[in-house]
Amino acid sequence: MKIGVLAVQGAFIEHVRTFRSIGVETVEVRLPEHLEGVSGLVLPGGESTAQRRLIDRWGLRAPIERLAESGAPIFGTCAGMILLSREISGGEEPVFPLLDVSVERNAFGRQLDSFEADFDVPMLGTQPVHGVFIRAPIVDRAGPDVDVLARLDDGRIVAVRQRNVIATAFHPELAGETRFHRLVATMAAEHDDPGEGSGRRHHPTRRAGRSA
Amino acid sequence: MLKGGVIMDVVTPDHARIAEDAGAVAVMALERVPSDIRAAGGVARMSDPSMVEGIMAAVSIPVMAKARIGHFVEAQILEALGVDYIDESEVLTPADEANHIDKHAFKVPFVCGCRNLGEALRRVSEGAAMIRTKGEAGTGNVVEAVRQLRTVLAEIRRLAAMRDDELFVAAKELQAPYELVQRVAREGVLPVVNFVAGGISTPADAALVMQIGAEGVFVGSGIFKSEDPARMANAIVQATTHYDDPKILAEVSKGLGAPMRGIPLEAIPEGERLAVRGW
Repeated sequence: MKIGVLAVQGAFIEHVRTFRSIGVETVEVRLPEHLEGVSGLVLPGGESTAQRRLIDRWGLRAPIERLAESGAPIFGTCAGMILLSREISGGEEPVFPLLDVSVERNAFGRQLDSFEADFDVPMLGTQPVHGVFIRAPIVDRAGPDVDVLARLDDGRIVAVRQRNVIATAFHPELAGETRFHRLVATMAAEHDDPGEGSGRRHHPTRRAGRSA
Repeated sequence: MLKGGVIMDVVTPDHARIAEDAGAVAVMALERVPSDIRAAGGVARMSDPSMVEGIMAAVSIPVMAKARIGHFVEAQILEALGVDYIDESEVLTPADEANHIDKHAFKVPFVCGCRNLGEALRRVSEGAAMIRTKGEAGTGNVVEAVRQLRTVLAEIRRLAAMRDDELFVAAKELQAPYELVQRVAREGVLPVVNFVAGGISTPADAALVMQIGAEGVFVGSGIFKSEDPARMANAIVQATTHYDDPKILAEVSKGLGAPMRGIPLEAIPEGERLAVRGW
């Protein structure tokens, strides 16, 4: 199993290193053929405007959409969250409208307002997550099918999930945080080899060749 | 998150939009590109704030602006404008012959130039959030950029190979704080992102420094002094992404028109070289 990391621009090498640190193979994705055989994809932080142009220039939009439709996990951080959102403040065209959310770009202001914060992500357990926010977006609205994974103390939404798509406004990969990457790796493994709930595995007490 | 991207010098809002459309990750707002500063001579200072604001209003990507080395009041003014980064730049005429700006006193991040590891670490200890090798700005000649990038990376590799008890003397020789030297030796990379500037004028130049180990590039005069700036800007962005793919580099290098003319380094008298500014 290997996870693709979109490498057209941005902090992709930090995601590669984070996956390496938990023993997961990655491939840097710059062209559509690099997506062959990947079981999940990370859209890293960077400048979403630049990333959007490079995605379209090299024909990456359709194959990434197909990967997402297949159920493979897609994980976006910071600019990656913007790329995954259905609505972008300022009326910008969405890129991969996979999350039923509205995001505001540079919601905390210009570069002056980069910051770090600790907050709970209940899905990941009791240890708080340390988030690095750099020109970060924020989720203004989350649709009914969207799970809110984390909020800042003031209630603003900074991490969401909708089925196989996860996005964070912050950069876990810059803070030595591996739990999101472990989750993505687990989802990717389950995508490759669907187990529980798929009806394909026999209950151990069931006898072969006989339906219960 | 500028890594892996291209930062372009622009002098008008129209330039800024061309840069953004080409896929630049940020623009550097200034009144004259370095080759014109070089040609004009005289004292080069911070740009007019209204010009910087015009560019900030024109694009959604980050906007950088330059302050003179040591001119902390120009930096205060740029911070008050809300620029995204300040470049404490040797391209402008230095305001202080001994001291750089105390960058810890600011909230806005700074990028600073360097020619070697010692200079890079001195700037980091003063609070720089980003380093770029200086190259020789406004020449269209990549030779200095290559020399300085190779110097910085070789010095990092040298530190990484040292015994712990050799790092004290290494810090003395680099004229850099021991704690930073120790950190670089342990991690094998600069503590901040490391771009290349000064002399990049073709897609191949950008890919060259990326293959050597740059984390991104600044292009100054190379775009808006070329025959077809929009195409050149786009080609340099593509080459920075696909720096390791010669077929794509060949494709994006086709039919770009004339790059900026360029100046051989030997033609510039020692006293007019910009890279030696900074201490």
